[in-house]
Amino acid sequence: MAEAQVIDSGGVNPPSGSVDTRTIGDPVLAVENIIVKFGGVTAINDVSFDVRKGEIRAIIGPNGAGKSSMLNVLNGFYKPRSGQIKFAGKTFPSMDPYYAASHGIARTFQNIALFRGMSTLDNLMTGRLLKMKSNFFWQCLYFGPAQKEELENRAHVERVIDFLEIQPIRRTPVGRLPYGLQKRVELGRALAMDPDILLLDEPMAGMNVEEKEDMSRFIMDVNEEFGTTVILIEHDMGVVMDLSDRVVVLDYGVKIADGTPDEVRANQNVIDAYLGVSHD
Amino acid sequence: MLYRETGQFKRNYAADQQLFPIFQDKILLAAILVVALAIIPFVINDYWSKAILLPFMVYALVALGLNILVGYCGQISLGTGGFMAVGAYSSYKLCTAFPELNLIFVILFSGGCTAAVGVLFGLPSLRIKGFYLAVATLAAQFFLIWMFNKVPWFYNYEMSQITAPPREVFGFLVSGPQAEPAAQYLFVLGFIIVFTWIALNLVRGRVGRSWMSIRDMDIAAELLGIRPLQTKLLAFAVSSFYIGMGGAIIFHIWLGTVEATEAFDILQSFFVLFAIIIGGLGSVLGSFLGAAFMALMPVGLKVVLVDWIGMVPVTAKHIEFMLVGSLIIFFLIKEPHGLARMWQIAKEKLRLWPFPY
Repeated sequence: MAEAQVIDSGGVNPPSGSVDTRTIGDPVLAVENIIVKFGGVTAINDVSFDVRKGEIRAIIGPNGAGKSSMLNVLNGFYKPRSGQIKFAGKTFPSMDPYYAASHGIARTFQNIALFRGMSTLDNLMTGRLLKMKSNFFWQCLYFGPAQKEELENRAHVERVIDFLEIQPIRRTPVGRLPYGLQKRVELGRALAMDPDILLLDEPMAGMNVEEKEDMSRFIMDVNEEFGTTVILIEHDMGVVMDLSDRVVVLDYGVKIADGTPDEVRANQNVIDAYLGVSHD
Repeated sequence: MLYRETGQFKRNYAADQQLFPIFQDKILLAAILVVALAIIPFVINDYWSKAILLPFMVYALVALGLNILVGYCGQISLGTGGFMAVGAYSSYKLCTAFPELNLIFVILFSGGCTAAVGVLFGLPSLRIKGFYLAVATLAAQFFLIWMFNKVPWFYNYEMSQITAPPREVFGFLVSGPQAEPAAQYLFVLGFIIVFTWIALNLVRGRVGRSWMSIRDMDIAAELLGIRPLQTKLLAFAVSSFYIGMGGAIIFHIWLGTVEATEAFDILQSFFVLFAIIIGGLGSVLGSFLGAAFMALMPVGLKVVLVDWIGMVPVTAKHIEFMLVGSLIIFFLIKEPHGLARMWQIAKEKLRLWPFPY
């Protein structure tokens, strides 16, 4: 695993004409034998996989397979019963949300979790909170270091706004925005954190074709231009197979397949999980 | 036509992020400050001071404090009266223990004491939310008032009623029965201006965003690296600081003599909570509008009913209760987001006037 490798993406992606020049590095995040239980329900049962630097890693599976729970384990919202998480050169029995956020893990949510009462700009600026260090005294005066860092972070947030093409809604409270734009603002809030690893929980749920195309483009651009590692949950198989480098398939909390999109597509367990097995 | 930002270009982020980016707003603010600082002090008399301006300003300060907690951080509190009492009694203790201490510092320190008490009663907020937190803060209200009545140390082993000793600030008597209305007014106005400015700075910066993120979606806030307990406790501290200063000013400047059960009972908590709901949750301007509505409406109605129509004061009082109640309902139906939102909508319309869109 030591040497970096240029990935062969199996002929499915990248889209016609472009050449994949990304470099996929060593694993930056790995989970080993994770078990999550809620009361008597086992949400995740003994799942292990790793995520390499710079890749797009998809997690798929039927409803209730434990995909979102897996993301919640990764950024510390759920504490697993057993197993371990390897991240940033250390091994943890469970992740701490603050540690995850301050070490470059950002995420979006399946059901949009924006701050509805705040404007788009303020939502994105909230993503910069960890970068702002000025003390309470300067905050009271809005002067000196407080104003300086406010303006620096504003400049950074404006780059994200330009990237996502949401300039016209800068001052609009996000509660008033249509669904597709809210999803985009939520991605923007995660991007404002300058993440190394981006966890996306169904970024394309409920979108029409154009919105899906836009969102796919943003995800690929983030991945290619900034080298951000992306962990993606998505139900749209076309999107998953086109975007991702490797896919983990969960079913009833168990990992049933792991590999490139082509390998996963050919895997009999996956076909059975999605299509069902005939009993004759 | 008058209120329009067209042609007012912002060439850098600093200009875009200033408090009042629109030129007309600056003129309005300057006009208000000129009236408040240069005209009112010369025409003020005892009635205007004690019945209208001081109540308005004091409740604006307290409402601002509660709005930081409820409107910005989303933590409901019914302990306002109790925290005001903490401010009043700690300022009394400070004032009598250190007679040389300037009243400005007395009020600031009593704000600090209240902040400490507020943090203590804010601790449950990590575990309980919404109405349950409101009930927990209600405990603060009853406990604190009980304590100030039952522990003689707080009222210096005299009567349970405390009386503000006369104090001078910059050579002007601001506290006690002989105090000048103009001096009292300017003293309180100074606090109002400084602490409104600080509140505006806080809510538009990092601290305010962390509060609002906790209010709107605490799970997402936590995953962005905001620590919920520290953020909530900071809101409790700042909010209680303001409320405590308000309590101290009520005691020293406005009433002069208070008794915990009467001046700071549960009705005060509701009064301030109504003020911010009517004025607008999560709005600094709303705190002022709500305080004006709640504190001045009864006075205005009394003037109209008793002085102009000639009604018997007792009957007028009853009608006043009915009218204030129905006006509250009317405003809440008309604009549930408060008077501040009405003002905002008016401004948006004015921007386009005379065209509909």
